[in-house]
Amino acid sequence: METVEKKAGKTTEVREADRVVVRFSGDSGDGMQLTGMQFSDTAALLGNDISTFPDYPSEIRAPIGTVAGVSGFQVHFGSKEIFTSGDEYDVLVAMNAAALKVDLPKLKKGGFIIANTAGFDKKNLGLAQYPEGVNPLEDNSLTNYTVLQVDVTRLTKEALADSGLGTKEIERSKNMFVLGVLFWMFDKPVEPTIKFIEEKFSKKPEVALANEKTLRAGWIYGENTEIFTTQFKVSAAKLPAGEYRSITGNHATAIGLIAAAEKSGLPLFLGSYPITPATDILHELSKYKANGVKTLQAEDEIAGICSAIGASYAGNLAITTTSGPGMALKTEALGLATMLEIPLVVVNVQRGGPSTGLPTKTEQSDLLMAMHGRHGEAPLPVIAASSPSDCFDMAYEACRIAVEHMTPVILLTDGYIANGSEPWLFPSEDKLANISVKFLDKINSDNGVLLPYKRNEKLVRPWIKPGTKGLEHRIGGLEKQNETGNVSYDAKNHETMTKLRAAKIEKIADFIPLAKPDSGKEKAKVLVLGWGSTAGSIKMVVREMIAEGADVAHVHLKYINPFPKNLGELLKGYDKVLIPEMNCGQLLQLIRSKYMVPAIGFSKVQGLPFTTSELKEKINELLVTK
Amino acid sequence: METITENKLTPKDYASEMEVKWCPGCGDYSILKQVQTVFPDLGIPKENFAFISGIGCSSRFTYYMDTYGMHSIHGRAAAIASGVKAANPDLSVWIVSGDGDALSIGGNHFIHLMRKNFDVNYLVFNNQIYSLTKGQYSPTSERGKVTKSSPYGSIEEPFNPSELALGAKASFVARTLDRDPKHMQAILKRAHAHKGTSFVEVYQNCPVFNDTAFFAFSDKETKKEEAIIVEHGKPLIFGQNEEKGIKFEGLTPVIVNINETGISPNDLWIHDEKDKTKANILSRFFDTTQSDDMFPRPFGIIYANERPIYDENLVAQIDNVTAKKGKTPLNKILSGEKTWSIN
Repeated sequence: METVEKKAGKTTEVREADRVVVRFSGDSGDGMQLTGMQFSDTAALLGNDISTFPDYPSEIRAPIGTVAGVSGFQVHFGSKEIFTSGDEYDVLVAMNAAALKVDLPKLKKGGFIIANTAGFDKKNLGLAQYPEGVNPLEDNSLTNYTVLQVDVTRLTKEALADSGLGTKEIERSKNMFVLGVLFWMFDKPVEPTIKFIEEKFSKKPEVALANEKTLRAGWIYGENTEIFTTQFKVSAAKLPAGEYRSITGNHATAIGLIAAAEKSGLPLFLGSYPITPATDILHELSKYKANGVKTLQAEDEIAGICSAIGASYAGNLAITTTSGPGMALKTEALGLATMLEIPLVVVNVQRGGPSTGLPTKTEQSDLLMAMHGRHGEAPLPVIAASSPSDCFDMAYEACRIAVEHMTPVILLTDGYIANGSEPWLFPSEDKLANISVKFLDKINSDNGVLLPYKRNEKLVRPWIKPGTKGLEHRIGGLEKQNETGNVSYDAKNHETMTKLRAAKIEKIADFIPLAKPDSGKEKAKVLVLGWGSTAGSIKMVVREMIAEGADVAHVHLKYINPFPKNLGELLKGYDKVLIPEMNCGQLLQLIRSKYMVPAIGFSKVQGLPFTTSELKEKINELLVTK
Repeated sequence: METITENKLTPKDYASEMEVKWCPGCGDYSILKQVQTVFPDLGIPKENFAFISGIGCSSRFTYYMDTYGMHSIHGRAAAIASGVKAANPDLSVWIVSGDGDALSIGGNHFIHLMRKNFDVNYLVFNNQIYSLTKGQYSPTSERGKVTKSSPYGSIEEPFNPSELALGAKASFVARTLDRDPKHMQAILKRAHAHKGTSFVEVYQNCPVFNDTAFFAFSDKETKKEEAIIVEHGKPLIFGQNEEKGIKFEGLTPVIVNINETGISPNDLWIHDEKDKTKANILSRFFDTTQSDDMFPRPFGIIYANERPIYDENLVAQIDNVTAKKGKTPLNKILSGEKTWSIN
């Protein structure tokens, strides 16, 4: 829907739009992440639904002005529900020539480019490796777009001419000018950002003032300058009523863990070694000292999980957080935790692999490692979060399963949802599920002998804390005699214990929700079966296609080991099962081997999420073929 | 007020029902016995002891103590113990490890445990050989050592564990010997009393794969020449007839004959546990081939000086921040600072 309206004084067209995607793109040092976050927060505050996608290089400061140093932040906001950060953008903010070069390919035809002309001087063009004498702003190569040229650098300097700040500080404020322009362009207020600036720079009032001045200058520039003739109006979305906040996946994971600790009454312990893109969970939890949270920055990944094993043994709710390379290092200790049968949550924020791979890019390629990446027969529960806010729910679930079933649990998230944000209808404390924990405090047999591996109806052994009088006992990585936990090399016993450990994990299926379609019916021609962060793209496409009359459905798996009990039965309702994954077909293998269904894979390993158009194309292909 | 009087425990109360399965003559038996002997005197309730061990002959120790214990995985005991202690600082945590477990596969955890200074006790049974895998050279085996994996002699330089520990900022470094029970008991008690990571290297004989490696330090004929027992505040004196002393010439230690030079004991090197410089020099009395001008191997507490403790600081920081900021209610954590309503 598009309406045009004239404003007094200047001819401004006001377009109404359901959804808009804006890409902020600039050098790593240009503050694009902060600018994008402020824009997104303001949009969310005004009731838009949003989804964000920070897309930055792994180098902290690649050479200024080069293609390698381009840092992007994409926000998709709208008056309708938003499930992805958008395939293509409507507006591209390019702070320099390199940014334009990198991000132009995904700008919609007819889209807007806001170009900082100071970033297109001879030097910047050279750094972006445009041929000698070529300037895309001047060679008519951008005629398919509306190009708005703004000398942001000069205008910022002018706005701050009498601020008394040095060139460097003035230079740093230029992202605020752009943000001001964007706020005008999308008819959004500057006040929430001003509040943010005042808090952030409360100890440097001169910097706060400069940022505020620049921000307002940008807004006024949009309002008064003739080159800006289009303003967009994106109304508030009709989201379910309630209290919202904006949240990233890593932040949601962190507070999900805290919530589980508070609800279970267990002290929270995190043993972790910094690794992209998981480190923010360590940062976030480290802030909560006043809630008794203990964070230990370990000497390496192995010590991260081992300290958590120690803390769990001592009775804490113990967590370790990591990404692929760290996960590989933790596998031996995971085997120990499996053998000890103690609760432990391992969060793997997946990234592109193998090896160092693509540290800042997303991938879902650790699923089979999570399933099988241990020596010996060592099955573990594996669950996965499907969106930034779902990280809260699944982190909470991981803790619940770990302590109620006395097992390590692997929670898979990935770089896309870990760094991306969305509005979250957050729960209140009383709405959270109970987590029941009971430590053994007396001998659990009739003959006065402690049986550390005596199992209850869930096949779960008791949790026994050191310090409990009269229950002194030894546990370890060696195979144990059933019930007594004494070391045993007996052949039959080893088989019994191996099967018991596996049965205990299988039994968890009785304590998780059944699978059901997120969209569509229980019978259809095509089922799109997804897991993890592909949820948004699949949901958007499938809903759109159902609305257009297509015979398609979407089931999204959050519990991968064990699978929901009814999954095999559910799959039978569909002629074709399509499994899109950001890997080479890992869930595909699991589904095929477990249920013997000829599921079809759709794989993408580009370090980027699926676009809705490529998904739609694939689904259509299956719908038209027999 | 009701007072509970408990019968004092005996060493037997610390022996588990598990049959001890080290080889006959293994030095580990003596270590187990000394630990069980001193434990009743440490004043810690039995349920508050936790033993954490890795992998190797030494690490079976955990099964033989009737305390809480975890026999874990190779090299990781120190990392696991750090989590146990951080989670529950009230426990008396004892790590049992060997030269391979602590200094090879677990080397990284070893140095960082020392640096962070958790209040735990770290016993390393050093037999200078890999025994559980049936005889390969270890990171403490001497250069030239002939083993199954070094049939032409090891070409590696060994670690000197006490030097390594001091380099890693250990706050307590001691060395004792399986064949000197009384000395070991005294060292174990001091290790327990020390607040911070107490590193105790125990020279332990492996009768199967590296027999007599340390006998020079315990045999009657040689020990007085080859070993020196250091004690805080006492001069460094050794020799068959206690005729040799060690003194400093500048920063260089020299051996002097007390009888010949008539030097007063007060002019000799007086051992000071808190003197890191002297401890560093002392730890380097380490050459393995003995001759007239070689220094004797020191036994005793080489260095002990308390400094901030990780687990104490962890708790103190939590208390401080809590006092200053107060606990954030869960509902506040869930909502964060910035929310908006949709009607």
